[in-house]
Amino acid sequence: MPEKTLLRVEDLKLYFRATRGVVQAVDGVYFTLNPNEAMVIIGESGCGKSSMAKALLRLLPRNVHTYSGKVFLNGTELISMSDEEYRQQIRWLKISMVPQAAMNALNPVLRVGDQVAEPMMVHHGVRKEEALVQAANMFQRVGVPVDFLTRYPFELSGGMRQRAAIAMALVTAPDLVILDEPTSALDVLTQANIMNLLKRIKKEIATSFILITHDIATSSELADRVGVMYAGQMVELSDAHRFFTAPLHPYSQKLMASVPKLRSTVEPEFITGQPPSLINPPTGCRFAARCPLRFEKCDQDPPMFQHPDGRQVKCWLYEKEARS
Amino acid sequence: MTVQDAVVQQETLSGADALSNAPLLSIQNLRVWFELRRFGFGHAGYVKAVDGVSFDLQQGEAVAVVGESGCGKSSLMKTILGLNRPTEGDVVFQGKYRISQMDAKTLRWYRRQVGYVQQDPYGALPPFMNVQRILEEPMIVAGISDKKERLERIHKVLTEVKMTPVEEFLPKFPHMISGGQQQRVVIARAMILEPKLLVADEPVSMLDASVRVEILKLLRGLQESHNLGVIYITHDLSTVRYFSERIFVMYAGQIVEKSPVDNLLQDAKHPYTHALLAATSDPDARNAETFKEVPPGEPPSLVKPPTGCRFHPRCPHIIRGECDVNVPPEFEVGPDHTAACWLYK
Repeated sequence: MPEKTLLRVEDLKLYFRATRGVVQAVDGVYFTLNPNEAMVIIGESGCGKSSMAKALLRLLPRNVHTYSGKVFLNGTELISMSDEEYRQQIRWLKISMVPQAAMNALNPVLRVGDQVAEPMMVHHGVRKEEALVQAANMFQRVGVPVDFLTRYPFELSGGMRQRAAIAMALVTAPDLVILDEPTSALDVLTQANIMNLLKRIKKEIATSFILITHDIATSSELADRVGVMYAGQMVELSDAHRFFTAPLHPYSQKLMASVPKLRSTVEPEFITGQPPSLINPPTGCRFAARCPLRFEKCDQDPPMFQHPDGRQVKCWLYEKEARS
Repeated sequence: MTVQDAVVQQETLSGADALSNAPLLSIQNLRVWFELRRFGFGHAGYVKAVDGVSFDLQQGEAVAVVGESGCGKSSLMKTILGLNRPTEGDVVFQGKYRISQMDAKTLRWYRRQVGYVQQDPYGALPPFMNVQRILEEPMIVAGISDKKERLERIHKVLTEVKMTPVEEFLPKFPHMISGGQQQRVVIARAMILEPKLLVADEPVSMLDASVRVEILKLLRGLQESHNLGVIYITHDLSTVRYFSERIFVMYAGQIVEKSPVDNLLQDAKHPYTHALLAATSDPDARNAETFKEVPPGEPPSLVKPPTGCRFHPRCPHIIRGECDVNVPPEFEVGPDHTAACWLYK
């Protein structure tokens, strides 16, 4: 069967062993991503969004309890691959990542140029001189002066480091780039610059992005589609336009209402209570305890309902609309 | 409370009465420079982190200092807290106490009048102390030896920051409570000695969107109920509206615009403020279709800042022969609204 979707994630699970029990960090996530599409994953800290990025890239810590589900990239299943196959064929060649806090992601004792060239040498087997030429091209593309190739990370400003990290992720021309909070440590003007850069890159090269962030305002700069995660599960999948005008899930609505807005005088609200523990999550809807619209049915776990307009939402309120 | 402290406090009480119309805090042409490494007799120069900042803060007033990292807002804050010494100019508390002339005892007293809310609550709380111990610490240092009084105060302040039931939180260690609760403990610790002034350094930037507003509202409530002066340091313009009456915009060690909040958001004057406002996004799907206008380049080095207006190399409205030569003074552009920009001469 020919696939027109780039990435299909089915029932992805990632559990960790901890002293107090098993943490169900990612608990049955489904979504798809089309080529040249940017999907934004938003949610509070501890909702499992970074763990999901790690699961996709298979950058797993030692205390993994369960790592299961299916991830299809261009039709190839990734979870069943061995670690060695994954490393040689997928990581950085097909899926790369811009880690959180680029300051710490770059090696402080290596020149940035060498670091950007390294994936080319490892994965495409090109010689160093050639790889450096490509690194220089990539630097130009992301707006880092080419003479910065021979500098060390500490000689670069925060914005420049972030650009270098983006160059490193793009140099092998991967199908999918995962950005984990790419701008949260940066200043407003630098943030705007980086978002401009990502928008330009998305137009120029047909790469797909998964942007993981808790900054909803900035995420709207790049999003084609939005996924909302809560307590390890995807609770809403929507196109960006509908999401930013009127989200469906009560959690998404509350989250949107909590964003302070510069150009509106509406008082932001806050969500009372805290997300549930992921060690023993509640059996019903995981947001029920904080939900203002809770009713009897919420004690049962809602499935992902298909809304008539194409959105998906994990909430009993949409049961009727989904059926009709 | 020791005898000396009591005497100092007595003095200050009578002093405060005498100067009751003086501002709570007055920053007067403050410069904070840090010397670079010396080479024999020569030296490499100074980092001019704060370079000529003046403003007054009244009792019960909340102001926001907005600027990017490296603009000197943290150095300004540390000087206000009495952690840096002013190189030139002064910080005057209650019209009477000059920070540059305080002896150790007065400085100790002064620090009790100023509460500090740190940016990263997890880093600011000692991991080996439980909440009770964390809140007792400043009182022990301040010489409140009565254990019962300390506990009473802890109960009162934890109730104020809405961490109830108090008993449940007292034995908990920082890692056992959520980020929002940690920040509440930090605020409680800042409030426990009943300060007159609160300095909040990016108090919500490390928190989730869903609790940010809650913490800001809490701070606002404390400010109103205790008639506190608050200096709110942030880079995020979108939260400023809900918190402060006035905004000071800082760039490269200087304040470029001072304005009441609503004025600034609707009618900003300085080109740098315009750039900041334009770069701040609101959640909107249409954002993805347009590129933002960002001034080129990066903030200047504070060792050799540009001549004239410090923003001129990045400014789209530069007047050649004026902006790159002469330092702009503060021009009055509206009621209580000034901009240091030659466009408003």
